[in-house]
Amino acid sequence: MSAIHLDSIRKSFGETPVLKNIDLSIRAGEFLTLVGPSGCGKSTLLRILAGLEAPSAGSVSIGDRVVNGVRPANRNLAMVFQSYALYPHLSIEDNMMTPLRLRDLSTAGRLPWIGPLLAREKYREMRRQVEETARVLRIEPLLQRKPGQLSGGQRQRAALGRAMVRKPVAFLMDEPLSNLDAALRIHMRSELAELHRSLKTTFVYVTHDQAEALTMSDRMAVMMDGDILQLGAPDEIYNNPQDIRVAEFVGAPKINLLPGVIDSAGQARCGDVVLSRVGVGAASEKVTIGLRPEHLELAGGDEKGSLTGRLVHRENLGADLYLHLSVQDGAHRMVVRTAPHEIGRVSIGDDVRFVRKRGEAMVFGADGKRIRLSETPAAAVPEVA
Amino acid sequence: MTDMTLSSSAPSSTARADGYRFSVGETLKHAVLILGALVVLLPFYVMVSYSLKSPAEIMQNTGGFFGAQEAFRDEYCVKLGKDVADCMVTPVIYNYTTAFQKAPLLRYLLNGVIVTASIFFIQVLVALPCAYALAKLRFWGREAVFGLVLFCLLIPVHAIALPLYIMLAKLGLTNTYAALVIPWSISVFGIFLMRQFFMTVPDDLIDAARMDGMSEFSIIWNVMLPTAVPALLAFAIFSVVAHWNDYFWPRIVITGDRSLFTPPLGLREFKGDADGDNFGPMMATATIIVAPLIVAFLIAQRRFIEGITLSGMK
Repeated sequence: MSAIHLDSIRKSFGETPVLKNIDLSIRAGEFLTLVGPSGCGKSTLLRILAGLEAPSAGSVSIGDRVVNGVRPANRNLAMVFQSYALYPHLSIEDNMMTPLRLRDLSTAGRLPWIGPLLAREKYREMRRQVEETARVLRIEPLLQRKPGQLSGGQRQRAALGRAMVRKPVAFLMDEPLSNLDAALRIHMRSELAELHRSLKTTFVYVTHDQAEALTMSDRMAVMMDGDILQLGAPDEIYNNPQDIRVAEFVGAPKINLLPGVIDSAGQARCGDVVLSRVGVGAASEKVTIGLRPEHLELAGGDEKGSLTGRLVHRENLGADLYLHLSVQDGAHRMVVRTAPHEIGRVSIGDDVRFVRKRGEAMVFGADGKRIRLSETPAAAVPEVA
Repeated sequence: MTDMTLSSSAPSSTARADGYRFSVGETLKHAVLILGALVVLLPFYVMVSYSLKSPAEIMQNTGGFFGAQEAFRDEYCVKLGKDVADCMVTPVIYNYTTAFQKAPLLRYLLNGVIVTASIFFIQVLVALPCAYALAKLRFWGREAVFGLVLFCLLIPVHAIALPLYIMLAKLGLTNTYAALVIPWSISVFGIFLMRQFFMTVPDDLIDAARMDGMSEFSIIWNVMLPTAVPALLAFAIFSVVAHWNDYFWPRIVITGDRSLFTPPLGLREFKGDADGDNFGPMMATATIIVAPLIVAFLIAQRRFIEGITLSGMK
């Protein structure tokens, strides 16, 4: 096992820059997710790592070896594609055997009919490896079938199998779950995570679905417009986003953003309501205050520091109930999470009061960067809620 | 199921849903189709019918489709000085045996197979890598090259026949198989057709092959070729039919050596000469020449339609 380093990778297609100076170190054995909206360059980065695309500048190294000029096959990486990319004319067994044939057999051994006779021992070994992998993935009964005869989930497993047989340094996965239906996708998430734990190999996983990134990865890199905005553990990314774009991208439903200012006491406030305490920042600076839906709750009475909004939509998910409120006379929409039993009789069009329950409000400066909160209150005024 | 409805004329499926109700539109469609089929099939009917009848029946236009099959006197046999009783022949047997005896028809058929097969083989050998490069590789001037391919589609063979002939003559290649094959070895139509098909093959599949360690040529023969079988079959039909039936080009480059004649040239053996017209054996020859194509079609038809309806591999 070896770590993978990407050093100052740049890539542009014609005049359009796709990747702007990416530095990324992937630790041996970790599950790293590249996540971002479509067109952010995450797939290009993966393809550069795989060797399918050459970077305009920068170097890729696997272990201690710089692999810029090395052909994809010789990097000993395996890739799983969104469309599975199984060879349609070969059975699943032959599909899984293909990388082994190309790696382990001489030209003579690859010949049809004669090859298996010449390299009988190697063929036996290859077949054993394929069967072993098939057993792990529970696709043994499917080995003789063609990809066209399999369901999406089965093809997904077969594609994984083809990647696994060669025991690569790292698995590269390009949105492998996107073509599955919702229930299967959620099921496969946990299977992939389990597979990663049992194989103990590096996984580099590309997705546009922040839920996949949060649930599976050891670390995730949020990419946007050709840059890595933040790299860290899912917890860290969710609870402590360093950029307003990260805060917006991660979390469903989306974080609530309210415009505000920093007052003379160093508190971020939206209108009259103090929402957070800020460190030494310039007063009266325009800021954006981010509040996650689960950090808000309905206020009982006329509590201090509460906001009012008109209920425009209720989204009932069973365990949770999301209330969509229009605040400040419809200038902003906010989402508040409650439990169905807490809400009582509130109907659409009613005014609802809610307060910040816990957790930090996140304050972002005009440039979109997070403004650090100070450890001690800047003023004597106690923080609300 | 889909190919069944397709092969048995598409309009009938709507009629079936309505429970065989009479419909003017459907009737009209069928009338037009039947008329078209008649126009195409009548010459074949005449060809097969003449190949069965005696010269007298052909001239007098009697005997229906099969003719009476009464023995008649073979004048040529009599001229050779044989006994008249020995020269009485049944029309069918006479027509078909003469077809094989008067001209080395089997040799011509073999030539036809050799020429069409080598043309198709070389065309595929050239067209697949070209099409792959034009569809899937990024290189400078790709669009310009593809433009040239399209441009070449517009050039009629007859316009360049003479220069081609002179070139082959200077190389001393006239009256060889090479002369029959070489001018057709690069098929721009084939390149165009395969390129269009390769455009629909997902890039992921090629990337997967690269990850597995295949070279670009290996990708062409081991990944693209198997997925392109339906398109290749369609191209094979165009190529084989065109070159099996080609009369123009073999007529130009095969001037003396009769052992190199392709089947259509074989028909020349029966053109009217001192012996008078000999339509029976001529039509028998024609029937024999088209038979392999028709048989091949009947066998490949299923595959062909399957290929079109499958259209890809998702």
